[in-house]
Parts: sequence; C-alpha cells; structure tokens
Amino acid sequence: MIDKSTEMKPMTIERTNPVMNFVKAVAAIVWKDLRAEFRSRELFSAMLVFSALMIVIFNFALELDVKVRQSVTAGVLWSTFAFAGTLGLNRSMAIEKDRGCLDGLLLAPVDRSAIYFGKAISNLIFMLIVEVIVVPAYSFLYNINLFIPGLLMIILLGSIGYAAVGTLLATMSTQTRTQDILLPILLLPVAFPLLLAAIKASTGFLTGAEWAEISLPVNLLIAYDVIFIAIAFMVFDSVIEE
Amino acid sequence: MQSKPLALKILDVVSIIVLGISTYLALVFAPKELVMGDVQRVFYFHIGTAWTALIGFILAAGFSVVYLITKNLKWDRLQVAAIEVSLVFFLITIALGSIWARPAWNTWWTWDPRLTTAAVTELIYIAYFMLRQGIDEPEKRARFGAVYALVGGISAPITFFAIRLFRTIHPVVISGSNAAAQGSFNMTPDMLTTFFFALFTFTVIFIDLFWNRIRLGDLQERVEQLKLKVTM
Repeated sequence: MIDKSTEMKPMTIERTNPVMNFVKAVAAIVWKDLRAEFRSRELFSAMLVFSALMIVIFNFALELDVKVRQSVTAGVLWSTFAFAGTLGLNRSMAIEKDRGCLDGLLLAPVDRSAIYFGKAISNLIFMLIVEVIVVPAYSFLYNINLFIPGLLMIILLGSIGYAAVGTLLATMSTQTRTQDILLPILLLPVAFPLLLAAIKASTGFLTGAEWAEISLPVNLLIAYDVIFIAIAFMVFDSVIEE
Repeated sequence: MQSKPLALKILDVVSIIVLGISTYLALVFAPKELVMGDVQRVFYFHIGTAWTALIGFILAAGFSVVYLITKNLKWDRLQVAAIEVSLVFFLITIALGSIWARPAWNTWWTWDPRLTTAAVTELIYIAYFMLRQGIDEPEKRARFGAVYALVGGISAPITFFAIRLFRTIHPVVISGSNAAAQGSFNMTPDMLTTFFFALFTFTVIFIDLFWNRIRLGDLQERVEQLKLKVTM
C-alpha cells in the first residue's frame, strides 16, 4: 500500500500560460535561496558585518568630519554596497556550484533565463536587505539624513544593475580555477559606469542639487540597467551550458 | 608544419618600412608646432595606435557575437588575436599620451573621460585574459571569453559617457571644439600628411600583427591536437 500523503504529486504547472509558468519558476528559485539563507544566515551575516567594518574604517580613513561628510557619503556608501555585493554574489553562486546544485537546477524543465532571473532577484534582495540596515545605521552614526526618496530610488536602481551584471559574471567566475578571487576583477571595471552614475546622482540628492543636474546620471543608471539586463538575459545560456 | 605564407612575409617587411617612413615624417618632416614644440610630434603615433586599438576592440565585440551564434572556435582565435594586439596598442597610446600630457597639461595623468575610459578599458581586457587563464576547456574558455568581451565592449562606451558628466580637458583635434580643452591646435597640410600616414602605418602594422597572432593561435591549436593524439 502506498501512503497517499507521500505519493508523488503530478506536476501542477499549467501548460497553457507560459508567462505564469516563467514567473512561477523564477519565484521558486528566489524562494529557495531566501529559505536556504534564512536557515544558515551565512551570506547575510557576512555581508552585514563586512559593511559595518567598511563604514568604521572609512570613518578613520577619510576623517569624516561634518564638512567632508556631505561630499563623500555617496562614495562611502557605494563602495560599501559594491564590495559587500561582491561578497554576496560570490557566495550565492558558489553554493550552487557546490555539490552540483546548479546541475540540478539545469535539469528542471524551465527556461534557462528563469534561473538567471531567479538568482539575480535573490541576489538583489540580499543586497537590499543589507542596504536597508546600512543606510539607517549610517544616518544614525554620522547624523546625516539619508532618507531622501530620490536617494533611496538611486540605491534601488544601482543595486538592480549591480545584481544583474554581477549574477552573470559570478556564474562565470565560480566555474574557473581561481573562483571567487576573479569576480571583483571581472565585475568592477564593467560596473564602473554604473557606480559612477550612482555616486554622482546620490551626491546630487545629498547636496540638494537641481533636478536638471541629477537627471543625466539617473537616466544613465536606467539605461545601464536596461542594457545589461537585456544582455545577461540573452547570453546567460552560454555561461551555464555544460 | 606549414611555413609562413608569402603574403604575410611581405606584409611583415612592409610594416617595418612604413613604420620607418612614418617615424621620419613624424620626427623630421612635420613642422614644429608653435606652442607645444617638439613634444607635439608624439601625437601622430598616439592617434595612430589609439585608432587601431579601438578598431580592434570593436572587432572583438563583433567576433563575440559571431562566436556565440556559430560556436565555431575560429572566431574565438580571431577574438583573442584582436584583443591581444589592441591591448598592447592601447597601452602604447596611454604611455605616449602621458608623455605629451606632462608638458602640455603639466601632469602625467588626469581623470579626464578619455584617460579614465582608456584605463578602465585596459583593466577590462586584462580581466578578460585572467578569466581565460582560469579555464582549461577550450570550448568553455571561448564561450566565457566571448560573453565577457561582449559585456566589456558595451560597458566601455557607457563609461565614456558617464565620465562626460564631469568636465573634460582633452583636446578634440579632428572635429568640434571645446572651450575648456587645453593643448588643441590646427594642423598644417604637412602635419595632415604625417597624421594620415601614421594612421595608415598603424593600420598596416595592426593587420600584420593580427594576422601573425591568428596564425599563432592556429598553430597552438594544432599542437594541442597532436599532443592529444600522442597521449591516446
């Protein structure tokens, strides 16, 4: 007698709606990553402690007194996000490579780009969680108001681009011999325009500049996000096929 | 082993000859620039190498797309050849520009859009070779190389626009004018001759090196195959 409760259920994915199936597949991967992370808390705690250390070190490296603060805050924040992001991206792809998880994912009957979007979104969520903690902490420690809607929008846009191109490059770097050493070397020069535009726009919002001055880097950020999401979507197949 | 094709041998000799002529034109024939003096003569080779390096990088991005579509390793060898030669040419461009900038701008280096883009571009293509070095499987190496060359090739022009958000002091010699640029000048007919000859020279040298490098890639491939045959 087969127990009904342990019996394999037939696939419930409907074949009629490909868009819904795609969204479901992406959500499943995001959910898997979040749940795994919620249980181990390895990646998240590493990113968070690293970010805290960065802020403390920058304080002494740059002598963050009241006058300097306004002009360098954006730079400090983005360096922190970029390095902490690299840490997270490396880890998130390394656990897939470890014990053949990626092969398991590849066997799933879903479009390969669903894997890309799933991983990119979960990487983005990790970055955003860290940012949600770092931004108030920075505001509190340095007595500078970072809760400007424009600045928060820039942080979101910048993180989207960084996670989009980072997920693609991390997928490649974890498959090489040098593994995690390679990711920052590959990612930072390519993400250079993104970081530059993000810093420029953030400084603009922090110093209360005119919109005319900020709109250019904001447009550049949006353009970067769109271009690199599109490219990663197109070439992701080539970086995971075995 | 196939010997070097005759056309390539001829091109090798032609490259050396045109380089000699171009050096003569740049150092002796071209008139001395009034304000900057002799150091301006660096400019001819500076533009010559920059021009060919950029063409090489653009070609490489094109080869990426073709490789990703056709999956034919021939395109990968073309890509490596183009990037390797361009990387060296671009380094020469930066070095020559730096020599010129010292008297003209009174500094070896400044974070101007062109200079920064050049530096970041060099870093992207150095990273490209580091990526390739970490992969043993030729087919995978080619795939990853093509993806990275494509991503890098698209990011480099965006970097240029991004830094344009800040002001530039780099002169635009060929067209347009920039009031903030320092060290721009107008060319006399003799200077133009030298300039275009330098462009021609470096294009010829680029093709020659490119061809030699492709040949080297083909030979490497053959050696690998022969080694495999021996071990089997």
